[in-house]
Amino acid sequence: MVKGVINGIPVEVKAGTTILEAAKQVQINIPTLCKHPDLISSAACGLCVVKIKKLNRMLRACTTPLEEGMDVQTHDPEIVETRRTVLELILSNHPNDCLTCGRNNNCELQKLVADFGIREESFEKFVKEIPADDSTGTIVLEPQKCIKCGRCVEVCQDIQNVWALSFLERGVHTRISPAGDIKLAESPCVQCGQCSAHCPTGAIFEKDDTAKVWRAIQDPEKYCVVQIAPAVRVAIGEAFGFPLGTNLTRKLYALLRRLGFEAVFDTNFGADVTIMEEASEFVERFVHKKGTLPLITTCCPSWVDFMEKFHPDMIDHFSSCKSPHEIVGALAKTYFAKEKKIDPSKMVMVSIMPCTSKKYEITRTGEMFASGFQDVDIAITTRELARMIKQAGLDFSHLPEENPDHLLGDYTGAGVIFGATGGVMEAAIRTAYFLITEQKLPKVEFENVRGLKGVKETSVSVDGQEVRIAVAHGLANVEFVLDKIREAKRKKEPVPYHFVEVMACPGGCVGGGGQPYGVTDELRTARARGIYGDDEGSALRCSHENPYVQKLYNEFLGKPLGKKSHHLLHTAYKSRPIYKR
Amino acid sequence: MIKRIFIRDTNSSSADKARDFCNVLRNQLREKQMDEKVQLIRAADMGVYNQGIVMRILPDDLLYGQVEEKDIPRIVSETICGGKRLNDLMCHHAARQCRIVLRNCGVVDPESIEDYIAQDGYQALAKVLEQNDPEKVLAELKTSGLRGRGGAGYPTWLKWNLARNVKESQKYVICNGDEGDPGAYMDRSVLEGDPYSVIEGLTIAGFVTGASKGYFYIRAEYPLAIERIQKAIDQAYACGLLGENILGSTFRFDAEVRLGAGAFVCGEETALIASIEGKRGYPRPRPPYPSTQGLWGKPTVINNVETLANISPIILKSGKWFAGIGTETSKGTKVFAVTGKVKNSGLVEVPMGTSIREIVFDIGGGAGSGKKVKAVQTGGPSGGVIPEDFFNTPVGYENLQKIGSIMGSGGMIVMDESDCMVDIAKFYLRFCVDESCGKCAPCRIGGTQLLNLLEKISDGKGEEAHLAALRRISFAMQKASLCGLGQTAPNPVLSTLNYFEDEYRTHVLEKRCPARKCGRLFRYSIIQEKCKRCGLCVRNCPSDAISGNREKGYVIDEAKCSRCGLCLETCKPNAILRG
Repeated sequence: MVKGVINGIPVEVKAGTTILEAAKQVQINIPTLCKHPDLISSAACGLCVVKIKKLNRMLRACTTPLEEGMDVQTHDPEIVETRRTVLELILSNHPNDCLTCGRNNNCELQKLVADFGIREESFEKFVKEIPADDSTGTIVLEPQKCIKCGRCVEVCQDIQNVWALSFLERGVHTRISPAGDIKLAESPCVQCGQCSAHCPTGAIFEKDDTAKVWRAIQDPEKYCVVQIAPAVRVAIGEAFGFPLGTNLTRKLYALLRRLGFEAVFDTNFGADVTIMEEASEFVERFVHKKGTLPLITTCCPSWVDFMEKFHPDMIDHFSSCKSPHEIVGALAKTYFAKEKKIDPSKMVMVSIMPCTSKKYEITRTGEMFASGFQDVDIAITTRELARMIKQAGLDFSHLPEENPDHLLGDYTGAGVIFGATGGVMEAAIRTAYFLITEQKLPKVEFENVRGLKGVKETSVSVDGQEVRIAVAHGLANVEFVLDKIREAKRKKEPVPYHFVEVMACPGGCVGGGGQPYGVTDELRTARARGIYGDDEGSALRCSHENPYVQKLYNEFLGKPLGKKSHHLLHTAYKSRPIYKR
Repeated sequence: MIKRIFIRDTNSSSADKARDFCNVLRNQLREKQMDEKVQLIRAADMGVYNQGIVMRILPDDLLYGQVEEKDIPRIVSETICGGKRLNDLMCHHAARQCRIVLRNCGVVDPESIEDYIAQDGYQALAKVLEQNDPEKVLAELKTSGLRGRGGAGYPTWLKWNLARNVKESQKYVICNGDEGDPGAYMDRSVLEGDPYSVIEGLTIAGFVTGASKGYFYIRAEYPLAIERIQKAIDQAYACGLLGENILGSTFRFDAEVRLGAGAFVCGEETALIASIEGKRGYPRPRPPYPSTQGLWGKPTVINNVETLANISPIILKSGKWFAGIGTETSKGTKVFAVTGKVKNSGLVEVPMGTSIREIVFDIGGGAGSGKKVKAVQTGGPSGGVIPEDFFNTPVGYENLQKIGSIMGSGGMIVMDESDCMVDIAKFYLRFCVDESCGKCAPCRIGGTQLLNLLEKISDGKGEEAHLAALRRISFAMQKASLCGLGQTAPNPVLSTLNYFEDEYRTHVLEKRCPARKCGRLFRYSIIQEKCKRCGLCVRNCPSDAISGNREKGYVIDEAKCSRCGLCLETCKPNAILRG
């Protein structure tokens, strides 16, 4: 521990704590535009400068650790004037088209400028025209709005290990772009959207598809249905002042009906079906030795893209099972349409996802058209839904609670935990245990796979056999797991794991790239808490116990991994190496 | 006995003329079958300035200046073959300098390690390895008071000691040869003229800090320096002075050259490290300092070329001897590259404490133009302008800082009355704006805005409020920029603004440039007596600013004039007045 003084207030912190963090302990916020709790400080913006007594310099609070006996001044007229000048300089190189920017009212730069009470543009404005890059259909780069804080580059390179984004040119011409000045669609980008979730301004933004949704809803010819992903229900409330992690599932059902959707489904039901297929696949490979081990989960389209681009040697390990929302999409346009006698060609399926990558997934391969139509027509993010709610003038907090539409809406606790890292694994083990032993699990919770540790390795005993599992989230953490598998293969040793879950975003879908802004580990934990609370409160906690899942297999699909299941619920992967690292 | 002839063109830093001269001399020697007996060496610096082609002939120790190609036959037959001294060619140069860093330049063949060893080369390393006591070396350096010559002036022994005290099996030492200040070529001259002493210094640094690996980071624009350092490294390996068991000791040291790709910011130590690591040349905040966490996260000492060249003499002649030279806080000598409006431009090495006046007038010979010297700029783009009133200041780290400049790496540019201070500030600032890496907002945007304001002022669009804005942005850049480049980039603006505010005001209020440098502030008028009424200027004026007719004559409307100067260029009887 080290002791110091900040603005005359004594403070004691762990050695290595930065002045920025230490100041928070004594209720002082130091402004910054580049520092993000997820990332190593790049020290780019220059707003967090503070004075250290006896030192004739200002230092950056975000990178300077508090030292024993240090006497820090965080605010005085000279410091505030320096910050204000820097802020005005940043403003002089920013389009300042706030009113028509996607981040209006939600922008870190805008907020600071308001806090500092800047009322005029003191310096001559210069903004270089750089065309936007909307080549991907999921994420739009607007380099003009970029303040070069470096968060996106860091998250793309260090947290995700994708290296799609980098800085090009230098000095005042510095700009974000895929290396080599190519389009994002040609780059290694896996469209996880973490860059857009970390951007302090509107320079990186999800492709807004809300207009498409409004058009579909208003079209009398169309029959509009909707589904919500597990992680959306515990995050949407942040945009409406609910406490962090509040589970709003049933309010959301009511809300979506009022927006004009004719049937409201839940992706959690699809998750239960995913588990039926994936757990069966695991049992095939583990018990009947048909297929390669470990089995690796594929619910995350960014992870699928990453693997196809960077680790195509692992294709054999991949579960062929589609992701839950694609399953709901395919079933809605076949099973539901048939039961309810609706023309599937008139049906529009909208997925509300915590994820930008789902926008890419809906047209990923031919298998995404298994129903004979595009299974999911539009995917929008949690952030886009929040905007739609506001546009519709709905008082979200006072809405009544409702239930989903049957057939594709009822879920078990296993379905909802898909939204947090380790959840798919936990849900799959619950059902695999039953499929192997035909017995009920004495305890359904597997605490070892939960939490924010980058790679979680553990094992469970099923019918006297040890099942070795690994859970990784944040793509940079995947390498460790894959290398271990490759090493064992090379040495012809037993596989290190039997079952592996990977989610591209840190924390899993609760930390998804399409979730409300300001994500931190604290927020990821709170959202996950909401998810696990839903599971605990559920009467049924294993996917195979879901009566509607049972009905689906009895009346429509037959059995898991059967012919119909295979056609509607499974997909394939192909090697698409982008370049060697 | 073999004669050795050092040759340099002391009028220009370009090597072309000296190369041609060497070729002619070599051919003539070949004709006389003397080429086997004479070794020609193109020297980097000889401490002689403005004496045309200079030759130093050893072992006779003759120094010929102003040598022309027509003198070659005489020199070959009389001096080289006959051993006769040609008095009319003898060069008498002022010996005010004290050459420690440049001691071997122009004396030792920079491509022969034997030659270096013959001049006490590697004696210092041998002494250090024989004593096998790094603490003793540190104590000697501490006594010497040697401070980093790259600009910041951090005590060298302290830097070494910090890295030495970190417990880590792998450490690195780096020689920073990324000299980038406009007009500065001290490091280049040392690398080209005496590469061995730099390698010896780096090897000793490696021994003291416990580093087994050293890098020479040299900018790619210095091909001769790179070639010579590489050659010197190869020779040192061949002689067992690099590699395993150096001089029979257990000490192992490897050295390798890395090229800088021309970014000024890569001379900043954390950006330099990023560059060697193969990353984008971005600086990072300190702490952690490279001494504890540097190259690839390992303790790393980065020393400037000139600092390293000082190591061997200190070890051989003692720290006390070195401390006897210089001032209270700045010891030893400093090499300056004196350029600009000075009669004798070139490298000078003077004891610290020598006054600027002595350097500019006594050694430099004052302004070459005959005009009055107005100021000097020291420290390159990070430094400041020092007006003539302060020329009695003795050079030293603190002294120069007190008057708003810095020692820097040793650039010294002399300005006379024809230099405009706004223009000077603009020149240095443009350099910093071009070289800004773009990482931090204050430097990236602040520099651009400062330049924008200066351009307005020199274009006659300045307002009084701009002067306050210049100060405001400069202050924020100094306080909030991430690295030294950004923090010091406004120095040329602030120092000119402080010492020559009148000049700025004249630009802003009277729209006039006293030095007549800012093109947009010239006024064009027609000298009616000279005007032949041809009307050519009217036809060429793109702004329709000239009116009149053949009878009444022509006048220029200042409000419409865009100051392009086309009228002046086209007027045959020179009837256009610019002023």
